[in-house]
Amino acid sequence: MAPFAAYDMPVQYPLGIMGEHKWTRESAGLFDVSHMGQVILEGVGAAAALETLLAADIIGLADYRTRYSQFLNADGGILDDLMTTRLPSRTPGVDRLFLVVNAACKHADVAHLRAKLPGVSITTLDDRALLAIQGPKAAEVVAGFIPGVSSLPFMGFLATTYQGADIFVSRSGYTGEDGFEISLPPVAGVQFAQALLADPRVKPIGLGARDSLRLEAGLCLYGHDIDETTSPVEGALTWSIGKRRRAEGGFPGFERIARELKEGPSRKRVGLLLDGRQPAREGSEIADESGAVIGKITSGGFAPSLERSIAMGYVAASHAAVGTKLNALVRGKPLACSVVAFPFFPHRYVR
Amino acid sequence: MSTVRYTKDHEYIRVDGDVAIVGITDYAQAQLGDVVFVELPAMGKSFKKGEQAAVVESVKAASEVYAPVSGEVVEVNSELEGAPALVNEDSAGKGWFVKLRVADQSELGALMDEAAYADYLKTLD
Repeated sequence: MAPFAAYDMPVQYPLGIMGEHKWTRESAGLFDVSHMGQVILEGVGAAAALETLLAADIIGLADYRTRYSQFLNADGGILDDLMTTRLPSRTPGVDRLFLVVNAACKHADVAHLRAKLPGVSITTLDDRALLAIQGPKAAEVVAGFIPGVSSLPFMGFLATTYQGADIFVSRSGYTGEDGFEISLPPVAGVQFAQALLADPRVKPIGLGARDSLRLEAGLCLYGHDIDETTSPVEGALTWSIGKRRRAEGGFPGFERIARELKEGPSRKRVGLLLDGRQPAREGSEIADESGAVIGKITSGGFAPSLERSIAMGYVAASHAAVGTKLNALVRGKPLACSVVAFPFFPHRYVR
Repeated sequence: MSTVRYTKDHEYIRVDGDVAIVGITDYAQAQLGDVVFVELPAMGKSFKKGEQAAVVESVKAASEVYAPVSGEVVEVNSELEGAPALVNEDSAGKGWFVKLRVADQSELGALMDEAAYADYLKTLD
């Protein structure tokens, strides 16, 4: 067990990080991510109001669709990253949105929402469980308990019931695999977790494999790969900025982000594939072939599905092209690596 | 007849004459989890007791391995390069790290024997 965002979290279960990682890629892994923040926004114009805090298109989000984005500060730095789902209006004209935010940021995020969106009702779902089930067998396992999930598209959403309890099912995750994130009331959460674990296709997965899986999938960990100093453009998250938003602005840091979109950022988050097995971890400097330091690793480790070490980090834009040969400096020793495109391990989302 | 001694950092040293085999204990490998890489020292390198002699990298983290006694590296376990998991599978046998020529036998006296190490493990978590 290890402390994480004020929660005591399992780093690994008896299978171990390597075994849990491979199990998730081959079968189905269950992650208890109940520490994450779940928030409901409701109000006239709540979608437009939320757009003043982030750069995604929320107004254009259809009912039961989920979108990834980031809360931005006035300099275009990232305060947190989040998932936003539009729920159908209960009263015509009143937007209803469901947000999932990072555990470590959730109190600050809610304070930020309350301060910036005074006309919107903000409800935190503090006691609800959030269970992620990920892997190629996740859909067939979950379909045995919750009818209708198999037909959900990637980033699709279902509001339904489990044992009489109201639940949300999102076809999304943090591993690069097909899978679901399921929000349930506490008692139903425990029952559902136990029911899933009774299935031989499912094993519990700890924080260690959660990290190695998301790293292989090229996904950012807030506070490491993105933070208040990095913009979405530097963070290679430009795809999450809405087309209309790029033209219209109206979000914090628009000036910087528009400039970076036009002229290119001075540094960029890239993937690094190391030539060998030796890990280059967070904090290691990145040098060019002449030995000049041009960046720093923000996440890195051994990739169980690739049998190689991989890393991500920020490098000067001049060294960010795919194929660029670089060195990660580990305990003074240069480890050869090259810039590769994300993801390291192919995503296997349903389309 | 070889003698095995242990450190508080969970290295073992198996001494046979003036050469000793150094590795990490079963307890240490279980704590580290899956070992994916071992950085071994160069042949001929000399260490003082307590100096960093190797680094063992698991999926979780990098951990330093210290020389239990002063000595010179006379052999490294090159099999670990292709098969680092030997540290998990057989830490006391095929998963050894280095062979040292012991510089000062008297340093062994400060280390724990099997029974003392077993007692020490009982005091941990």
